[in-house]
Amino acid sequence: MRTEEKIITRSRNRHKRLDAFQRILLLLVICLTTLLGSIIWTMPENPPGLADAVALMQEHSGVKSPVTAVLLNFRGYDTLLEVMVLLLAVIGAWSLAKAHFPQQEREANPVQMGVVRLLVPLMFLVAAYLVWQGSHLAGGAFQGGAILGAAGVLMLVTELPCLRAIPAHPLRIGLVLGPLIFVGVALFCLFLTGDLLGYPEETAGWLILLIEAGCAISIGLTLASLFAGGHPEDERPKNQEQAKGPCKGERP
Amino acid sequence: MITTLLYSMTGLILFAMGLFTLIIHSHPLRKILAVNVMSTGVFLILVAAAYKPLGLGKIDPVPHAMVLTGIVVSVSVTALALLLACRVQETSNLDLLERRKQEARPKESNQ
Repeated sequence: MRTEEKIITRSRNRHKRLDAFQRILLLLVICLTTLLGSIIWTMPENPPGLADAVALMQEHSGVKSPVTAVLLNFRGYDTLLEVMVLLLAVIGAWSLAKAHFPQQEREANPVQMGVVRLLVPLMFLVAAYLVWQGSHLAGGAFQGGAILGAAGVLMLVTELPCLRAIPAHPLRIGLVLGPLIFVGVALFCLFLTGDLLGYPEETAGWLILLIEAGCAISIGLTLASLFAGGHPEDERPKNQEQAKGPCKGERP
Repeated sequence: MITTLLYSMTGLILFAMGLFTLIIHSHPLRKILAVNVMSTGVFLILVAAAYKPLGLGKIDPVPHAMVLTGIVVSVSVTALALLLACRVQETSNLDLLERRKQEARPKESNQ
């Protein structure tokens, strides 16, 4: 026991003592911080920014919230690529490891089950509301998706037995739903107006809502499957994914 | 303006701490944590740059949109990096903490 402690304190001391290289590095980092700090210090009082440019084009974007307009209309291409990055992350995670689900089907704590039963439907509702709210207030696909992902994580840590009964195919479809809708709308706009993601003005609001709904589902599934940490087993699908509705009813 | 400055400087310090840790530590987990701290600092600076006090014009939505997507992307990148780190650990059999303990043990017996 004492030797363990000694080792630990020794390694701690070793961490604290910096050698020459680390001292030089520390100096360099401090120099960089000072430089960046002086840049921040001398930033103009009221930087022009892009707020006025966004406000000018707001009524043509089809949504009332400036952030959503930037995300899905003015910089839609950027968001499209970011959704693709999320999909790539899941593909990478699935190719690396298999999600392991604990074998024993133990009874979950009743208090925990009660919390899950209360919270998960509420989280789905809040996520749907956030997606809907994205057109005129703060909200949108990423916020809604994050809450869906949190609901999935909550169900994963509760180890609901029904999660392993979810087959892999619907999960795969759910994961690519958002990117597919996004690409589909982009191509549709390319065909219709000649610009990639150049929405026709009168339908822009609905197209953005469609993209947001699809992306929210995909982002939620992405975050939950990243938390599960690997691909589901194909033969006996014991996928730890967010269960839709019926899952909650089948608890003993 | 003091608000912007306060948040920006906090973000800058977080960024610098993360950068230093990223370079001097060799364990993958510490590196992943360091990158997360760095990205938090960058988000803080971006949001602070977009901030305007009430009544002094509109808040710039472009940095907000960038941070919004950036947070989700950084979460997924962290998950992928953790999986890669686990994979490296499994396949290379290089547990740094174990090795450090083994390095420390002979010295212990010598004294």
